[in-house]
Amino acid sequence: MSLYERILAGDIRAAARLMRNIDDNLPSSRSDLQELFPHTGGAFLIGVTGPPGAGKSTLVDQITAAYRKRGKRVGVVAIDPTSPFTGGAILGDRIRMNRHADDEGVFIRSLATRGHMGGLSRSTADVANVMDAMGMDVVIIETVGVGQDEVDIVRLAHTTLVVMVPGMGDDIQAIKAGILEIGDLFVVNKADRDGADRTARELSMMLEMNKYAEGAWRPPVLKTEAQRNVGVDELVESMENHRQWLVNSGEINLLLKEKNAALFQTLLKERLFAEVYGRIEEDGRFGEILDGMLSRRQDPYSAVEQILAERLKS
Amino acid sequence: MSERKLRILVGKPGLDGHDRGAKIIARAFRDAGFEVIYTGLHQTPDQIVSAAIQEDVDCIGLSILSGAHNTLLPKVCDLLKEKKAEEIVVFCGGVIPEDDIPGLKAAGIREVFTPGASTDQIVAWVKSTIAPL
Repeated sequence: MSLYERILAGDIRAAARLMRNIDDNLPSSRSDLQELFPHTGGAFLIGVTGPPGAGKSTLVDQITAAYRKRGKRVGVVAIDPTSPFTGGAILGDRIRMNRHADDEGVFIRSLATRGHMGGLSRSTADVANVMDAMGMDVVIIETVGVGQDEVDIVRLAHTTLVVMVPGMGDDIQAIKAGILEIGDLFVVNKADRDGADRTARELSMMLEMNKYAEGAWRPPVLKTEAQRNVGVDELVESMENHRQWLVNSGEINLLLKEKNAALFQTLLKERLFAEVYGRIEEDGRFGEILDGMLSRRQDPYSAVEQILAERLKS
Repeated sequence: MSERKLRILVGKPGLDGHDRGAKIIARAFRDAGFEVIYTGLHQTPDQIVSAAIQEDVDCIGLSILSGAHNTLLPKVCDLLKEKKAEEIVVFCGGVIPEDDIPGLKAAGIREVFTPGASTDQIVAWVKSTIAPL
């Protein structure tokens, strides 16, 4: 039986193996994904992003518990960085979530970025799709949380949560593009710390400066103490409100269109590059171009044009 | 174009709180290019095995200093068998009396590293032991 058939029959090991095949970019993973695609689209995808140490993993753990109480099956994709020097990675997000490990209604997978930028791994969307096909009602995706450019998550998740902590720089940090624009909900975690109210107030003020059309979603600012499970139910309620709003306002159609476009474009880019680059690397053209560039006989711009022209003709 | 990345789970079963050794091992495997799933302290055999399966690891490295190795480590191997995942290689490290080693190996623990083993030695052993996918 192929992996996708076993996955649809509820085989956990098959799902885990396909995720690995996807991560390792095995060609066979694409045919499994092909077959699983019609079985996806049922899960509610939640993105969780924010700086390191904000408490993302602990919050994901509590959100998972809250959805389990509601009888939902939960998938978690947690991403940590790969070392650019050794290619190795320490994936430690599970430490905060492992109480769910032996709950059959929860599936947690740690992924390393493997050089991919933007806060997700190359494989994240596909791994989330596998969880969706496994019948997870909710899939929570926790981004790396290192930069200010983690915007890929908004093209993947239905609802994006930005987690902050008290006392993180002044309001100018928040006006800078990026973080304030990607959140559907903002969470000030570790709300028992000094300055939590101030941080929440400043965030609210910044958000109020945005222009909202009639009926548009206005991102709420919530306070949580994930460690003590304070404010988590309200947070889940608020995420569900956002999900409801997406449906009621029809915004969901736009979002899904963007999401699908992103998935398709990424795939096309990756395959085209692999195809074209693979060919010229194999037949030695790539080496010739590099030599040419070194002696300035060849410029990279016309080389690319030429390769493209040849490939598109054939 | 595609190359298999090795994955290992490093965790601590049982109740002792000494995770320095586990962290050093995790770090050594990271530096050797592995993806290391670090599950931390106080893990039950059930949690370890479920995590290993969900993460599709090649190998499980367990650090144990509590003295409960004869109870907890065979349990991990039994659960792996029960879930038809016995191809996942399990090794352990810690303060383990010489006399207990044969019993642990009979239970399915592939290797036991006691104080004095170098991280290079452990990484080399894992690389040569795990079956290619």
